[in-house]
Amino acid sequence: MSQTIYQSFGYILPETILSVFFVLTLLTSIVGKRRSKYLPAYMALLGFVIAGIFVLNQMGTDELVFSGMYAVDPFSWFFKVIFLVAGILIILFSLQSRELEATATKYAEYFSLIISLTIGAFFMAGATNLLMMYLSLELVSISSYILSGFTKESARADEASLKYVIYGAFSSGLMLYGISLLYGLTGETNLYAFNQTLAIGGIQRITILIAVVLILAGLGYKISAVPFHFWTPDVYEGAPITVTAFLSVTSKAAGFAMLMRFFKIGFIDVGAQPVVAGMWEIFKGFRWTDIIAALSVLTMTIGNLVALWQTNIKRLLAYSSIAHAGYILMGFVTLSNFGMSAMLMYFVAYLLMNLGAFYVVMLVANKYHTENIEDYKGLGYRSPYVAFALTVFLFSLTGIPPTFGFIGKFYLFAALIHTNYIWLAIVGVINSVISLYYYLNIARNMYLRQPSETSRISFDFGTNLLMTLLIVPNILLMLYFSPVLAWAQNSVTMFGIR
Amino acid sequence: MQYQFLGIGFLTWITFLPILGMVVVLLIPRGNANAMKWIALGATILQLVFAVLIWINFNPSLSGINDPSGFQFIEKTRWIDLQGVGWFGHVVVDYFLGIDGLSLPMVILTAIISFVGVIASWNINKAQKGYFALYLLLDTGMMGVFVALDMFLFYVFWEIMLLPMYFLIGIWGGPRREYAAIKFFLYTLLGSVLILLVMLGLYFSVSVKDPTTGQMMHTFNLLDFMNPKNFDPHSLLGGLGTYWRDVAFIALFIGFAIKVPVFPFHTWLPDAHVEAPTAISVILAGVLLKMGTYGFLRISFPIFPDAMLKFAFPLAVLGFINIVYGALCAMAQTDFKKMIAYSSISHMGVVLLGIAALNTQGVAGGVLQMFNHGIVTAMLFLVVGVIYDRAHTRDMSAFGGLATQMPIYTGVMTVAFFAAIGLPGLSEFVSELLSYLGAFQSFQWVAIFSSIGIVLTAGYMLLALQRVFLGQLPDKWKGLPDVTGRELVAFVPLMAIVILLGIFPSILLHPMNASLNHLVEFVQKAGSGLMAAK
Repeated sequence: MSQTIYQSFGYILPETILSVFFVLTLLTSIVGKRRSKYLPAYMALLGFVIAGIFVLNQMGTDELVFSGMYAVDPFSWFFKVIFLVAGILIILFSLQSRELEATATKYAEYFSLIISLTIGAFFMAGATNLLMMYLSLELVSISSYILSGFTKESARADEASLKYVIYGAFSSGLMLYGISLLYGLTGETNLYAFNQTLAIGGIQRITILIAVVLILAGLGYKISAVPFHFWTPDVYEGAPITVTAFLSVTSKAAGFAMLMRFFKIGFIDVGAQPVVAGMWEIFKGFRWTDIIAALSVLTMTIGNLVALWQTNIKRLLAYSSIAHAGYILMGFVTLSNFGMSAMLMYFVAYLLMNLGAFYVVMLVANKYHTENIEDYKGLGYRSPYVAFALTVFLFSLTGIPPTFGFIGKFYLFAALIHTNYIWLAIVGVINSVISLYYYLNIARNMYLRQPSETSRISFDFGTNLLMTLLIVPNILLMLYFSPVLAWAQNSVTMFGIR
Repeated sequence: MQYQFLGIGFLTWITFLPILGMVVVLLIPRGNANAMKWIALGATILQLVFAVLIWINFNPSLSGINDPSGFQFIEKTRWIDLQGVGWFGHVVVDYFLGIDGLSLPMVILTAIISFVGVIASWNINKAQKGYFALYLLLDTGMMGVFVALDMFLFYVFWEIMLLPMYFLIGIWGGPRREYAAIKFFLYTLLGSVLILLVMLGLYFSVSVKDPTTGQMMHTFNLLDFMNPKNFDPHSLLGGLGTYWRDVAFIALFIGFAIKVPVFPFHTWLPDAHVEAPTAISVILAGVLLKMGTYGFLRISFPIFPDAMLKFAFPLAVLGFINIVYGALCAMAQTDFKKMIAYSSISHMGVVLLGIAALNTQGVAGGVLQMFNHGIVTAMLFLVVGVIYDRAHTRDMSAFGGLATQMPIYTGVMTVAFFAAIGLPGLSEFVSELLSYLGAFQSFQWVAIFSSIGIVLTAGYMLLALQRVFLGQLPDKWKGLPDVTGRELVAFVPLMAIVILLGIFPSILLHPMNASLNHLVEFVQKAGSGLMAAK
């Protein structure tokens, strides 16, 4: 059901709340103590919590608002929950970050930018119009450019930010060109209308392919798929750890949400039975999913192989996140609802394990002042609990039971086998085995090697508690994953399209 | 469900007792190493008690394998039950445990070896808490593999074992432990993921009627995989003797072969066994290797009988290569532990040869050999552990004449060595005899060539015996003390089993007979009959 503009406002309450709190958080810099980090942080947290309440209210809603610009459906709802959880966790992490203390006067801006990025991500997950897509993508991008260069005293952060801007500008330029081509071909910017135009046919095949590839470049940059990934390691290494963690989850998930929606609404033949098998007449003889399959293979293989040589843990996690984008793309290649729900499940796992890993990296950087994998030597003896936590997260990232990462991978492979993409599944599992080596390398340093110093370094109660909150679901959801599976299955419904 | 204790089934107890022990160990404050050892020992003794109870209550006339009513001590509850949306179908994973004559020996073996392993771990003096916690986790993983009848559950147990093993080798191992640990992990994970893919293939190819709703649903139930009628005709693994079924069989084979290990997937074994601490070598050789051959018998053979018949001959040849190659490598070693590691490869080849024969003698011999080799190798590694603890070297040429210095030790070692050689009256004689007998019927020439292995084994074992125990005792070993009481606690039960099974093998052959007969019959019939129909 389409809604009038006035009615539509009711459906973007979470986004509105977040926007209000964006301003409020910014305003905290004029009231209260200037150097305090707590006031803006709590303000931002409050914003997330209130927005969260409204998001929870929207559960099960399936509406198209603002004349088809924006969809509020179970699919975007799923991602909104992920963004909210990620945002809240990142704010909590940020409160403990030492790196950020260097920029103590600018906390208000920092937290408000986290909110603005989240707003952008919300819109990305729901955008059903090419223009809306582009605008929300830019909102996320611009927020992340500033965030990644936030500690501007550090030279590598400046470098990161600049690289990010240049790559970002270039890819969004490509994307915009692709959008304009699509508009020129079909006269439509709405994805649904676009779908119908394509169904009628009579459109130049080669041009539309070029347009799709150009748009894919913009999206590929957001999800850091090879060959659009070159910014990722530098930005992830240069940006403050909290920002890196945030980008690696929220920005990437938003990119994937948009990718999935763009292709599923725009290019799948809704009339075909089963829906999943549908590919347009116009693409006959050319399986455009093969492009995605190739991207996926390249992404995970290059991500994993390059990660093998990394000595800086942030850089390693950057390459690992590239590899994970590759795994997630595998689910997309199937184009089936099964594959989509597997992707969604993987995001839950990815949120838990990746944020957990970055959290530990931040804690270690705080107390041991290092990001070097060599310096993790003997961490298992000096800070046993932190090392244990990191081990859990790393095994989850590898996908070994009893961690939730295993279930995530399991369903991705299941989707591939289901649709007979056996070769891709084999590439995927071999990549998992490769990835074990570098994840295990960290565990090896922590446990198999003796530290040069043996003094114990412990962390306070709050830190341990937060860590436990991340460990427990990582294991518990493996032992009982049906709620997540049910949620993911029900969330692949997009407005009007099952 | 009459076999319960405190309302929980025997198999759950035997599987999760170690986890319970692990939790207790983790709660003990650091420094109380003795308490941790005793908890670990207590957990494994209780596990042994349950194993004995299961053995006593086991009904040897029931067959099992692919017959749900033939399994005993069954526990079955829904673990994951999701009535999904239409296109997704009903997702079910069962918590399904049960044993038959094939798993019974393995369950007993695991319980014995785990117990012996704790005693052998008594001297661990570094980070005991972590050690015993991981050890007990490993124990649960091993036991779980042998009692799980749901493939998802099987896979989870199979993988859970890897983590503790990595750390146990990597932290408490010898000088090249890092390399050995990562090599072990990478090899086995590569094998596991292949098993995972086959499991998924089977999942989507098989559908059964949901007993509650009457709808068709996919399942991970191993017994359902074994019924060819359950395969959807147009699914990936449907039909018989198809290309994809062969591929799946080979993928499964590689997955399990890495664990056995079958040549050419064996290179992780010498490294892992040599670098691991004594107790872990005992576990590796005693139990972990058997998982591979158990996987063949439990999963590969009955689910892919068509492919099995097709590949029986190559399997037997690989068995032959294992036997001879392992023995030749063992002969060339001067490192005591490495020699025994290679002898494991050789002896597991006998198992492979026996089961590839696919007749009652061969399969029974193979399974018995799995058990016997577990016990004998455990003894051999303990023997090495004893001497290494005292002399801190494993170079056989550095020893000599220990027979006069350590008479009890020499006695123990002689029993272990002669058992490994296959001397009549000791356990391995029976199992090797049966394996070769079976193989001779199916693959005459392979069996004949393989029997070279018996001579080679006698060669390297006697050579080692001579180098270490006979001749002149070097002066520097004059002070070596004989085996202690604690070490004897580990040796005596193993020795008793070796002798008992040598004289009276039917106590173990009898309970497994019905199951293995059924397995052979089923695989032969399903494989050949349906192949003919095709």
